Amino acid sequence: MSAVFLPALTALTGLATHPRGLVDPVVPVVPAGAPEIDIDWSALGPVVMVLGAAVASTLIEAAASRQKDKDQRLAVQPAYLRVIQAAVALVSVAAAALMALQLAVKVHGEDGSAVLTANGAVIVDPLTIYIQLAVAVCALLGLFVIADRTVQGDDAFAPQASAVPGSDYENKARRRGMTQTDVYPLVLFATGGMMLFPAAGDLITMFVALEVLSLPLYLLAGMARHRRLLSQEASLKYFLLGAFGSAFFLFGGAWVYGATGSLKLLEIGAAVSGATPLDPILLVGLVLILVGLFFKVGAVPFHSWTPDVYQGSPTPITGFMAACTKIAAFGVLLRVLYAVVPGLTWDLEPVLWTVSVLTMVVGTVIGLVQKDVKRMLAYSAIAHAGFILTGVTSMSADGLSGSLFYLFTYGVATIGGFGVIALVREVDSDGHLRGEATGLDQWRGLGKRSPVLAGTFAIFLLSFAGIPLTSGFVAKFAVFGAAFASGASPLAVVGLACSAAAAFFYARVIVAMFFEEAPDATGQLAESGGIGIGVRTLGLTQIAIGVSLAFTLVLGIVPGWFLSFTEGLSRLLS
Amino acid sequence: MTMQSFPWLTVLIAAPSVGALIVWLVGGPVRRYARHIAFVWSLLVAAGAVIMATGFNSGGGVQFAERYEWIPSFGVSYAVGVNGIGLVLVLLSVLLVPVVLLAAWREQSSPAKQAHYAALVLVLETFMIAVFAARDVFFFYILFEAMLIPVYFLIGSFGGPSAKKAALKFLLYSLAGGLIMLAGVIAVWTRGPGGEQGFMIDSLVGADWGSVRSERLIFLAFFVAFAIKAPMFPVHTWLPDAAQAAKPGTSVLLVGVLDKVGTFGMVTMCLPIFPAASRWAAPVVIVLAVISIFWGAFLALGQSDILRMIAYTSVSHFGFIVLGVFAFTETAEIGSAFYMVNHGLSTGALFLLAGFLISRRGTQDMALMGPGLQRTTPLLGGTFLIVGLSAVALPGLSTFVSEFMVMVGTYQRAPAAAVISALGVIMAALYILIAYQKIFTGPPREDLAGTADLGGRELWVVGPLIALMLVLGLYPKPAIDVLRGPAAETVRLAEYDEPAAEAVEGAPAAPGAALAGAEEEGGQR
Repeated sequence: MSAVFLPALTALTGLATHPRGLVDPVVPVVPAGAPEIDIDWSALGPVVMVLGAAVASTLIEAAASRQKDKDQRLAVQPAYLRVIQAAVALVSVAAAALMALQLAVKVHGEDGSAVLTANGAVIVDPLTIYIQLAVAVCALLGLFVIADRTVQGDDAFAPQASAVPGSDYENKARRRGMTQTDVYPLVLFATGGMMLFPAAGDLITMFVALEVLSLPLYLLAGMARHRRLLSQEASLKYFLLGAFGSAFFLFGGAWVYGATGSLKLLEIGAAVSGATPLDPILLVGLVLILVGLFFKVGAVPFHSWTPDVYQGSPTPITGFMAACTKIAAFGVLLRVLYAVVPGLTWDLEPVLWTVSVLTMVVGTVIGLVQKDVKRMLAYSAIAHAGFILTGVTSMSADGLSGSLFYLFTYGVATIGGFGVIALVREVDSDGHLRGEATGLDQWRGLGKRSPVLAGTFAIFLLSFAGIPLTSGFVAKFAVFGAAFASGASPLAVVGLACSAAAAFFYARVIVAMFFEEAPDATGQLAESGGIGIGVRTLGLTQIAIGVSLAFTLVLGIVPGWFLSFTEGLSRLLS
Repeated sequence: MTMQSFPWLTVLIAAPSVGALIVWLVGGPVRRYARHIAFVWSLLVAAGAVIMATGFNSGGGVQFAERYEWIPSFGVSYAVGVNGIGLVLVLLSVLLVPVVLLAAWREQSSPAKQAHYAALVLVLETFMIAVFAARDVFFFYILFEAMLIPVYFLIGSFGGPSAKKAALKFLLYSLAGGLIMLAGVIAVWTRGPGGEQGFMIDSLVGADWGSVRSERLIFLAFFVAFAIKAPMFPVHTWLPDAAQAAKPGTSVLLVGVLDKVGTFGMVTMCLPIFPAASRWAAPVVIVLAVISIFWGAFLALGQSDILRMIAYTSVSHFGFIVLGVFAFTETAEIGSAFYMVNHGLSTGALFLLAGFLISRRGTQDMALMGPGLQRTTPLLGGTFLIVGLSAVALPGLSTFVSEFMVMVGTYQRAPAAAVISALGVIMAALYILIAYQKIFTGPPREDLAGTADLGGRELWVVGPLIALMLVLGLYPKPAIDVLRGPAAETVRLAEYDEPAAEAVEGAPAAPGAALAGAEEEGGQR
């Protein structure tokens, strides 16, 4: 845990904000006792709230007394621990969301000039606040799904993630009803990192935030209760490819530093606009940084981790990760493209266009042949990253506003969609509940067994497909409209073609749920387990699903108010 | 509150959805009466529409108009209002819904399924009324797409064994068309006048689209979507599959009303908003329309499945409607608008009668239904013959009036197309009479002796449709009066900017000049 903990603290206190200090010892050190760094705590409120709660949560975890069993191998935590941890997580993220909302309202009402704090390491401007708000709302909804458990007491996480899958030790832990309560501090650290990520004012802070958000996710990916091997494979893949992506980012940062002599985004921006002709070293550095970010958003050709990780991770984590990481990483992408390198767009356009088209096409085409609902949504997530990129690439206020709208609506619908998947479990022929039923075959006839759940999922799918009266349609219209207006109509045309093709795989799930009969549990499904059915839980997931359903429909039917909000923020930025 | 200021359309749009909600929510012992509630509700909606229609002023252009800002960032308004064409199509929709609900009275096995079916039909009614009343292109597009969803479930959940596939094919065809149209809608926003009313049809009429090429591209985006919806050759293949798999009641709404959205879109959007591009495309569209007439009729001849046959006859009829729309004469425009209504009545009745036949005989194969049913079920045979002949446009029935007007109007601009399409009528007589012969004439099979004739409920289903066709056939004036205004307006708008060819000829806007110019352009391609 300390590997995560220390960078988070350093990021918070702004110790990592002297990039020159790291390489140039001649820089005078501010004498002790003087107020060396001016920190605007109110602007940092949401991040401090979440990371502080993460630290507190870790301490609670450590302090809780555990009861050893007879052979001293299992240390079972008290039952109240998970309640406390869940409460700490939920309350702190909700508080962060409220603080971000308050900041957003304040910024929206005023001139909205950026606040630079912690010696320029943190930029709090409308973009930061919006992304923090979106991350906090999605994380809050995600936490509801994470904290939920079935009436049988089954949650989504392994009783002991460190146990060898299938071992006696694991079985024993399961029987004793152990639960993995460190999920909550991990999620809080990830959320804190995601909220700091778009706020980062220099490349070091950005990198630290990237790691703070990534490391807990690598761990969480390996914690699925069922199909442990798949989950551990997901964790390892995510870690290796994520480290690869981080390395690109870091490497790019080094090149940029070499070219401009600074790690501060604003100074890099000034160097970029002043440099004619463009320094190739700078360009290479920026492209490498973009590659690191493309890894995080899952853009082709840096997407290969996505399907495996989405499938293997515990479903509540998949939803949380799919929504929040995407929002945060796109926030940084927007920051880098809009605030730092506007003068560079012509040079970067071929890269962005290629990645955008590839992402849409590959996500859609491979999505067409998926037989697993989680994998299908993973490819759908890739395609959506491409759609958002068309808005990002258009480099206009409309494009920015459209991308922001898209990020929030897609994130919320994603949490809801994975929430539904988390509720659909296998029932074997004896009527026992097992793991999640993610095979498309197992979803056949779900509309008859669990009509409300299937109907809700259908609405999320329609939103992903971009059918009018759902938020997905408004979002697509916003980004494709911006692309058309800025002369990127080929991108919009590819996007529309991909939307048409992607409709097939969304519709196929609806066909399976509503128009097909349940398969014969003994015959056709011998290998995959049993048919899927909606399970009864404590009801937290249903709350999350309900809220995201409400957002999906309200922002689909009356999107005007929210669009004018994102437009107002975009105007402040450009 | 005067007749015109009451928000008729909004109330009519909202009412069926409220009804659907009630039908869905009633449970327990009341559930058995869900279909009764739905039927009475749809009658009330129809009554409301008729009352509204009495306040319609035939010379007054778009009426009962309302406009509220909806998504100001995109210039989208909730804007409704009807001209004559919209009015008659709204009336057709509200008439067909109770008929369909009554026809489906015993179709579903359980009260829950009955309620579900009735509720979906009511939801669809909301979209049908709204789409014909929409005066904002974006709002129209939203309805155009969203109405697919209830139809998709109506086909997929209640249809026959191949329904799943047919529903998916229907959805994918329509979505593909819809997304092509979305490209057009986006282009209308980015290239058009913009502003807070940037999607209102009224502010788009006469807009400058930048270049000839961009106007043509945007026109094509809309036209292709409408052609798929209509459906025209060569993008019609989803319709026979859908009609064969769906319940006949669903097909009535699908073919009778929903497909009209395509031709309605051509009249209210393509022609007025993109006049030059419409004239440019007219020669090709007319050729495709004539091919549709023959292709549909020809394939109808070869079908053994009665529902597939009716679907193909519709492809043929839609050929006539599109031919009339793209003839750019007042007579043809009135004719094709009137044709839309008559086709809804005639084909609707044909589908419903086919449904009654199928429920009696347990098969959709015409060869297995008969022969000789005429003796045992004279009422069924008689109504089938009348309705069938209405599809052939028998004088005295309303279809005759509209088909005649389309051909006369087309003759003024494209005589060749009119003459060739007249031959399509002969083929129509063939496919209907052969079907009648197979099922109803000849020596009766002994095991068919006990087949029940039309009952009271079934007579109430087809009776009003036949009565309306007779009334409008003998006295079409009220309908034509209502349609004359918008038809003249469409023709005027379609020639909004004088074509270049006219300047060359130096002739005033003589009939045929615009089309001749368009043909020249087309020939040069």
